[in-house]
Amino acid sequence: MQRAEPIIELSGIAKHFGSVQALQGIDFRLFPGEVHALAGENGAGKSTLVKILAGIYRPDAGMVKVGGEVVELRSPTQAQALGIAVVHQEPMLFPDLDVAENVFMGRHPRDRFGRVDWKRMYREVDQLLTSLDVPLSSHTPVQGLSVAEQQLVEIAKALSLDARVLVLDEPTAALSAHEVDELFAIVRQLRERGVAILFVSHRLEEIFEIADRLTIFRDGTHIITAPVGEMTTEAIIRHMVGRELSNLFPKSEARIGDVVLEVRHLSRPGSFTDVSFQLRQGEILGFAGLVGAGRTEVARVLFGLDRAESGEIWLKGKQVRIRSPRDAMRSGLAYVPEDRHQHGLVMDFSIAANVTLPILKQVSRLGLIDPRLERKIAGDYSSQLHVRSSGIEQLVNALSGGNQQKVVLSKWLATNPSVLILDEPTRGIDVGAKAEVHRIISDLAVEGLAIILISSELPEVLAMADRVIVLHEGRVSGTFARSEATQERVMFAATGQERG
Amino acid sequence: MTTTSREVEQAPKRAQASQARLLSRVSRVRELGLLIVLLLLILVVGIQVPRFLSIDNFEQILLSIAILAIVGVGETLVLLTRQVDLSVGSIVGLTAFVTAYFFKELPGINLVVGILLGCGLGLALGMVNGLLISLGRVPAIVATLGTLYVYRGLVFVFASNTTLQVNASDVPASYLALATTQILGIPTLIIIALVIAVIVGYFLRASRTGRQLYAVGSNPEAAAIIGLRANRLTFGAFAASGLLCGLAGVLWGARFATVDATAATGLELQVIAAVVVGGVNIFGGSGTILGACLGAIVLGTLQNALNILNVSQFWLQAIDGAAIIAAVILDAFITRWLQRSLLVRRKRA
Repeated sequence: MQRAEPIIELSGIAKHFGSVQALQGIDFRLFPGEVHALAGENGAGKSTLVKILAGIYRPDAGMVKVGGEVVELRSPTQAQALGIAVVHQEPMLFPDLDVAENVFMGRHPRDRFGRVDWKRMYREVDQLLTSLDVPLSSHTPVQGLSVAEQQLVEIAKALSLDARVLVLDEPTAALSAHEVDELFAIVRQLRERGVAILFVSHRLEEIFEIADRLTIFRDGTHIITAPVGEMTTEAIIRHMVGRELSNLFPKSEARIGDVVLEVRHLSRPGSFTDVSFQLRQGEILGFAGLVGAGRTEVARVLFGLDRAESGEIWLKGKQVRIRSPRDAMRSGLAYVPEDRHQHGLVMDFSIAANVTLPILKQVSRLGLIDPRLERKIAGDYSSQLHVRSSGIEQLVNALSGGNQQKVVLSKWLATNPSVLILDEPTRGIDVGAKAEVHRIISDLAVEGLAIILISSELPEVLAMADRVIVLHEGRVSGTFARSEATQERVMFAATGQERG
Repeated sequence: MTTTSREVEQAPKRAQASQARLLSRVSRVRELGLLIVLLLLILVVGIQVPRFLSIDNFEQILLSIAILAIVGVGETLVLLTRQVDLSVGSIVGLTAFVTAYFFKELPGINLVVGILLGCGLGLALGMVNGLLISLGRVPAIVATLGTLYVYRGLVFVFASNTTLQVNASDVPASYLALATTQILGIPTLIIIALVIAVIVGYFLRASRTGRQLYAVGSNPEAAAIIGLRANRLTFGAFAASGLLCGLAGVLWGARFATVDATAATGLELQVIAAVVVGGVNIFGGSGTILGACLGAIVLGTLQNALNILNVSQFWLQAIDGAAIIAAVILDAFITRWLQRSLLVRRKRA
């Protein structure tokens, strides 16, 4: 494998944005038939490299060779024509169009009169989806698909291009364990066929599972490239962050108090059925399950974003009816949604403005916002959560993913909630920031907050949660105390199989 | 994994897939809701005033919206790309006046030359819009608001330097006949509008370019990443809108016979109202020509009904506007109800 000519060879690649040097002196080789993992903290330059390969960014310096020939990747179309397909981190799809058109946009199959051949297109896409074992129809409108499903459409699109090089930019971030397995089966199959795969991921266990070689970036420079077999978790993390990380999941013991939230027989047809649980003060309740099991849907109902058809919600011993997020906030609930960009933050606002958004009344006098009060409250929370920024007037779109997540947390803590619902709080943020978010969650529990933690990363749930509730296809399929919860038990419940 | 558990797993997947197919089928006949609204409207008014239901009256309705529909087809192309063309009324006015004046000055000239002149002028004006927006990077709402006034100003300048008004007696009968003749008993005007709607509708459905217009409006960023040329598509949409406005202008002159510099003033808002009632998303990415035309028909029917019901002139506009909003809301309810009842039926089966 290593003897072959590299399909992609980069030498001396540099790229800067304003005063920020995103990449510097990058040498990198990708061979046919290898899965090459690219790791590094957020801001290490992985995405910049991906975008250079995709033809979106043009490097300031350096040389790109594809198949031994020097090329300039001037546009996405050109990168595609050279056989480079990129599955982007944020799905780049057309919400108004169906799955098939998303796969074939720009290259619709045509009949001999030059007309779009719809039948052939749907047939080919259905075949593609079947080969991927994806439960989607080619006719499904993309609007309303989950992030996981949209990723699968992206992968189908890349496959339909018959790519020589497949770049997967954190493709598993939103996939369930089962879907990741399916994806990896496809990746292995492509590797057999001699496709070169660049696999950008935060998840070390996945790198060990799928990758042949690993390259680590830190602060825009190349740190190391080595066969995965020669690396250990500790070594990878050390190279990524440049320091030792003693504990990924620092959970301190919190005093568990009275029941704060009780949910009885909550049902919402099509989403979940007969969900009941209790949540106590100081407790972290983990919600485990595959993507689509109904965890987020339960959270949305609790926060008044959707309505339950039946069931009861009790807060501090009183039955409540939550019909809107406003009701939920008044009752002391806070919900940090999964997608920071879409639901969590106003990207063009400053940190201060984002933090005080749900509590405008408190920072206003006579209906006008008091900037001093706004800055003080925002400053308190962002320093409590160690948001790294040039100041609370900084716009949130300039922050890294981890710091954005801390701003979202600050925002909801400012509402002074008694129940905090966190939906995938560490998705897509780097290892260092992750540990910090875990520490914050743990501290909040110690302070007496009752927390629901929804996470697709099993180790995270197991390490953080005092109790784990497992959902499978909308039903509670298992509840485990911290001491009984093991990966195997939770996975069994999450896949809906009886423990044998 | 054992075979049984795999089968169990496949079953809901299949159900999900067929459910999705069904939903998408319903959503593809999204115009159904609007059609029901239209039929309800006809029924209600027809019970009140039976003469509303005559063939003659329907022909009148279609005639009254034929030109609106042609402009609406062009506007749909523009809206699909997440842009808007506010200058359509002025383009229709300018081409109507220029074409009528041309026929007045050269009464002996071949009819086709005049038609081509009007269409060419419209195309040129649309291309100016397209250049401003795709090359000049001026937001469409600003650029076409500007050209709305510029083009209208040009009509006034042209009119003040030539003749203030072109009268029916000034132009050749062959020109006027464009709007008055019938083919197989159907007015030519309606046939022209129908042909254009069919051609453009088919283009949007069956050509790659047509599909790309949807893509660019649905998610411009994603369109850029797969290498769609958003600038070209946007330019093309504005040029096509201009061309159709030019044709509409030619027909306007023929239909109303008397043309002055204020012709088609305010048409842009009627057009946008019709197209949006027809379910074309003002934020781009979705909508069909069938919908846009149905929207125009609903609006025309409303106008006609209000006239027949003898609604006071003072109330006419307010009721018209309220009825537009009611039609959109009713359409949304019916569509949702259809989707839900179909889903329930499927689940029971």
